[in-house]
Amino acid sequence: MNRAAHLNGSAAAPDALAFEGLQVDYRVRGRLRRVLRGLDLRIGRAASYGLVGESGCGKSTTALAAVGYLPRNGVVSGGRVMVDGRDLSGLAPAELQKLRATSVSMVYQDPGRALNPSMKVGRQLSEAFEFARIGPRDAHDRSVAMLKSVRIADPLRVMQRYPHQLSGGMQQRVCIAMALANNPALLILDEPTTGLDVTVEAEVLDLIQQLREDFQTSILFISHNLAVVAKVCDRVGVLYGGALVEEGSAGELFRNPRHPYTVGLLRCLPERGRRKGDGPLEAIRGSLPSPGAVIQGCVFADRCGLADETCKEIPPPFFDIGHGHLSRCFHHDQPVPRETPSTAMLRGNRRSAHPVLAVENLSKTFNPKGLALPVLRQIELALVPGETLGLVGESGSGKTTFARLVLGLLEPDDGSKVTLDGKPLATRLRGRTLDDVKALQIIFQNPDSALNRAHPIRRIIGRAIRRLSGATGAAVLAKTQELMEAVRVADRYLSARPRQLSGGMKQRVAIARAFAGDPRVVVCDEPTSALDVSVQAAILNLLVDLQARRQVSYIFISHDLGVVRYLSDRIAVLYLGRLMEIGPADQVFAGPHHPYTEALLSAIPSIDTRGAERIRLSGEVPSAVNPPSGCVFHTRCPRKIGAICERQEPPLHRIDARHAIRCHLSVDQLAGPQTGVAAAGKSA
Amino acid sequence: MSVAEPTVPPTVASERASDTRDRLRQVFRSGTFLVGLVIVLFWVFCAIFGPAIVPYDPYADDLLNALMPPSAEHWFGTDQLGRDVFSRVIAGARDILTIAPLSTLISTVVGTALGLVMGYFRGIIDEGVSRVVDALLALPTVIVALLALVALGPSNATVVFTIGFTFAPIIARTVRASVLAERELDYVFAAQLRRENAFHIMFVEILPNVLPPILVEATVRLGYAIFAVASLSFIGFGIQPPSPDWGLSISANYGLIGAGYWWTVLFDGSAIATLVVAVNLVADGIQGALDE
Repeated sequence: MNRAAHLNGSAAAPDALAFEGLQVDYRVRGRLRRVLRGLDLRIGRAASYGLVGESGCGKSTTALAAVGYLPRNGVVSGGRVMVDGRDLSGLAPAELQKLRATSVSMVYQDPGRALNPSMKVGRQLSEAFEFARIGPRDAHDRSVAMLKSVRIADPLRVMQRYPHQLSGGMQQRVCIAMALANNPALLILDEPTTGLDVTVEAEVLDLIQQLREDFQTSILFISHNLAVVAKVCDRVGVLYGGALVEEGSAGELFRNPRHPYTVGLLRCLPERGRRKGDGPLEAIRGSLPSPGAVIQGCVFADRCGLADETCKEIPPPFFDIGHGHLSRCFHHDQPVPRETPSTAMLRGNRRSAHPVLAVENLSKTFNPKGLALPVLRQIELALVPGETLGLVGESGSGKTTFARLVLGLLEPDDGSKVTLDGKPLATRLRGRTLDDVKALQIIFQNPDSALNRAHPIRRIIGRAIRRLSGATGAAVLAKTQELMEAVRVADRYLSARPRQLSGGMKQRVAIARAFAGDPRVVVCDEPTSALDVSVQAAILNLLVDLQARRQVSYIFISHDLGVVRYLSDRIAVLYLGRLMEIGPADQVFAGPHHPYTEALLSAIPSIDTRGAERIRLSGEVPSAVNPPSGCVFHTRCPRKIGAICERQEPPLHRIDARHAIRCHLSVDQLAGPQTGVAAAGKSA
Repeated sequence: MSVAEPTVPPTVASERASDTRDRLRQVFRSGTFLVGLVIVLFWVFCAIFGPAIVPYDPYADDLLNALMPPSAEHWFGTDQLGRDVFSRVIAGARDILTIAPLSTLISTVVGTALGLVMGYFRGIIDEGVSRVVDALLALPTVIVALLALVALGPSNATVVFTIGFTFAPIIARTVRASVLAERELDYVFAAQLRRENAFHIMFVEILPNVLPPILVEATVRLGYAIFAVASLSFIGFGIQPPSPDWGLSISANYGLIGAGYWWTVLFDGSAIATLVVAVNLVADGIQGALDE
């Protein structure tokens, strides 16, 4: 682990990574499109640098450029990349290969795809060591040690497994172990937690922090998530349109952002405790520059509230604000005006007591290859008009299955009951009347998949109107225009096809389609998780606005608890297909809450890093094929009281008229500090 | 509530709109595609105008000048009946370039319909049709074609339908695979959620999105169809005399190669080869542009 020896004791160790005015172009169908426009950054020894930015701003290109591994159509058209003090452009292929083998490692977003599915984990890991010139026998021992250092409790057992037999979090640990095998000077992590659940993400982030101390490796951490970066990095750079717009120490930059883009990004996130009734979220207008766009002045000028003529003509240099805090903005000393007036929204929700939608005893068992796989068990809940019910839980908790059952896309188990306005609904879509079908619609997660890419927008929305509202002829176009206006998409996009629209615009079209038949309940299945942060806020505002105008109810599925809190009136927490807790949003967040809810809440990374000590969940989500006896959460519960949790499934007991929790602990015990209860549990 | 209207700068919109044009331009920039296209167009031209522009009547016997080697008068020489080989090769494009594309069209239409049904309904329907398709695929095309031709008698229409139906299962399998991936996309659920019937979902929603692989597959099949037509003609079950068809001419003259009359076979053979290769080059070019 002594890198100084490797460098033959040269005087000052060079930076682990340095980009000097790096420009990268991609050749797309014969045209060169600039993706990086003069990127300057350096990462010192044992430093950790966070690079944040939205999709298309050049994050991944930066990562690939750092290892000299651009795609075939990528060209470095200016500047230099220095790794470990060596200029990549001057290296012969063999030397580059050697540099990659010894100095740099990379961890990708999707561990499931980074590992070879047909090779046991142990073999893959040993291979990584052998690649770093370590003999086979040694490699095995080193693998065991490395898995231990990435906090895998039982390395030998894990090494005997194939990647698909491990959970996502474990797979990512194995990837990190492989990346560390060559004891790299630089470790590049490209969105390493993006595909993971929030509890697993928290574990991986903890691990990365610990490894920084253990290994003294420099880290380039790339993410779209500001909070994640704030947690693991010392220094942060904000990338926009292929260039850094602001750079500074993590604390300083997030506390005192001095570039309008950074300010905008931070304002887009629903702040802790902010609710839809408090007013709309701040959104950044416009959309990201497309790769290859020719930009003369400041890359952000088009979307900036401070931009003047100078900004549009002259690219701003970096201004030093002090303490190494740099901002590429002429107006770095001015406050950024708010885009959206923070007036409270209309709150005309006169809630009727009669639920529009109710499910009773809703269960679903899948039967793949004779196995009984209960993915949803006896869910009971109701939704009143104009209400938003947030549905949260880790992947595999049954959120999407719930949505599909309600919509009739899947058939529930016998005995399940779904009622609309008190009348029972057919379980299959085919058995439902047109009115039933109209009443329940969905906004999907990914607009690219949800909109037929072969059809123009006019046809996508028009067809839905024709089928669901029964309109014909000129009325269809009138209604289409009305919906387009409601979702704020200009009429001129009617003849466009989905791929000609930006992600946010596509999601707006999908929303318009869902509202074509004046639905009573709209299921929102992670409607913003495929979108960038700056676009997310605008979509959430739109959903709130539509709800206020049309008294529609939402079932809002999301893994982002901040977003759920902002939007929801009530929240239901699912774990392994069981409803663990349901109650008003404020109460679910403020507590007393279910131990699982508590853990979920504390796992959310926050930009404010001074938060309370986090509750860590041990172990993995158990398999639905063989769910734990008693309370399904007992295997991971930090508040487990004893044998009763393993034997008996706790009832969903009401703690007041609207709030219910499935736990053996009493309300008072749940409200108490966690450590005390856990200690009491152990002594019992 | 006021939310700023999201706008895409016009430059971005127009840039994205030119995407299709870029793709087309890319196809035409591909060397393989262009070479293939030029050769195919040459033969199409011959098929349409050939009989009108050739120097000699391709059917006219001239026994006094039989088996003349290539010369200034007869560029490709003459065959054993004294017919001008050059004129016959040019005019011979017509039948094969009618029959092969027609049979490809039939196989594509039938195969696409079958593939959509298999991929969309899955389950029992897919199982049933798939087994039939597997069984058909297990039989060599030529054997099936022979049986059909014996039963129905040789005629151009029989050739079109036999090749059309024997190729359909292959296309059906390709389409099925694309449809299986496509039907998992949310827009299919969205269509179900406005109570569209299966026909609409298959042919209006899914079909336009699986057209590119179908186009590539059809082009590849066209190459095979040309070869199949030539083969059937060669063994006497395809195009019937006195057509100047290439396969037929080779069949009539291949016995003469041993005697040194190579020109009676070489040019027809080359015609088949260039056409098949050219069609495959076009298929490659399209595939390459779609992959990008």
